[in-house]
Amino acid sequence: MKLLTHNMLQCHIKGVKNGYPLKIEAEKVEEREQDYEPDFLRHIFPRINWDALREGAAAMGIDDLPESASEELLEDDEFLKKFHHALLEVHLEEGALVCPETGRKFPVSDGIPNLLLQEDEC
Amino acid sequence: MGRNDRPEISAPPEIFYNEDEARKYSENSRVVSIQTQLTERALELLALPDDGEPKLLLDLGCGSGLSGEALTERGHVWLGLDISKAMLDVAAEREVEGDLCLHDLGHGLPIRPGTVDGAISISAVQWLCNADTSKNDPRKRLRRFFETLYACLAKGARAVLQVYPANTEQAAMMTNAAMRAGFSGGLVVDFPHSTRAKKYFLVLMVGGTAALPQARGMDGGEPEDEEDEVYVGHRKTKRRKHGHGDKDSKRDWIVRKKQQQRTRGYTNIKPDSKYTGRKRKDRF
Ligand SMILES: C[S@@+](CC[C@H](N)C(=O)[O-])C[C@H]1O[C@@H](n2cnc3c(N)ncnc32)[C@H](O)[C@@H]1O
Repeated sequence: MKLLTHNMLQCHIKGVKNGYPLKIEAEKVEEREQDYEPDFLRHIFPRINWDALREGAAAMGIDDLPESASEELLEDDEFLKKFHHALLEVHLEEGALVCPETGRKFPVSDGIPNLLLQEDEC
Repeated sequence: MGRNDRPEISAPPEIFYNEDEARKYSENSRVVSIQTQLTERALELLALPDDGEPKLLLDLGCGSGLSGEALTERGHVWLGLDISKAMLDVAAEREVEGDLCLHDLGHGLPIRPGTVDGAISISAVQWLCNADTSKNDPRKRLRRFFETLYACLAKGARAVLQVYPANTEQAAMMTNAAMRAGFSGGLVVDFPHSTRAKKYFLVLMVGGTAALPQARGMDGGEPEDEEDEVYVGHRKTKRRKHGHGDKDSKRDWIVRKKQQQRTRGYTNIKPDSKYTGRKRKDRF
């Protein structure tokens, strides 16, 4: 699971108000090279929750992202490369995603988060 | 896999798409080519801006990633959701580019509002019309699905869902649920006159007043069949008159409506009896 996906996911348990961002518990992280596409990065940047990305990256052992980011940085190649790496190349293989409100854990195995709910959760 | 032996009625999807079926499905070259074509058509109907920029898309009921690979082919980034672990395992094995989540669409999408450029779904959403277990209520599941789908699309984005409705009631049930969630749009039926090539695409738009895209294979003619087009949302639905004696007695109409409600998944419909549709005595 990429941090891009983590950035989009929120807890969908019925009644949960603050189900974002999910906390990452990392047991196994892998890095896989991905085509560098500055166009996509610029396109998606406005929709990325930066704090969630930074937090997620930190949980996966990546801590070279700036504390805050603005549109101007999108012209800076060095920044874009770091953004690219964190967003698309670092994968959570084993671990869990934890709802910040309820503490409910969604296990991640073989890179696939299990987001199935029990009937009484939805 | 023939479409006449509808898998939807044999078992819930996570049971039907077991390891065997997942493997068979993904290795069948006919299936691969059909799913790819359907995805390409869905992409066309999605009408993404033609700026060469990769987009972020959802693949709902992504299965083993056949539809997703067609998205990758066009350079898009995607996230796939599916209820079958076996199908997702095959997708992972095939090293598809998209991320995968094990998820039941009927529980509502676990996606933050306004984040995606579009969504496609190929041959999956008709599964939501089924009451697989006593607990699951298709209307509720469809409602949750469409409401959360509506929310997670970015402004101006579309969702295109290719579906295999079992009958016109199911087609209407899905379309109505989508309209109730706020979408505009409706069903585009390609090759409506061919039993084999006929394909249903639910084209859903957030806001806007864009016209429904043209169906393919219409031979230049106008769609006339009741079955071919289900317009909803704009009250364009052709309403059949009833209660005027001729073909349909009032009782027949009520019995038919009740049956329709039952197939739509309503569970509180009174059984038909000799009192059904009878005129009541005045109470004075
Ligand atoms: C015919 S396959 C299509 C897979 C893929 N879209 C393709 O084109 O190859 C239908 C898929 O829908 C999935 N599905 C059915 N019901 C679902 C649900 N409630 N939530 C998520 N996925 C579902 C099944 O597990 C299966 O993988």
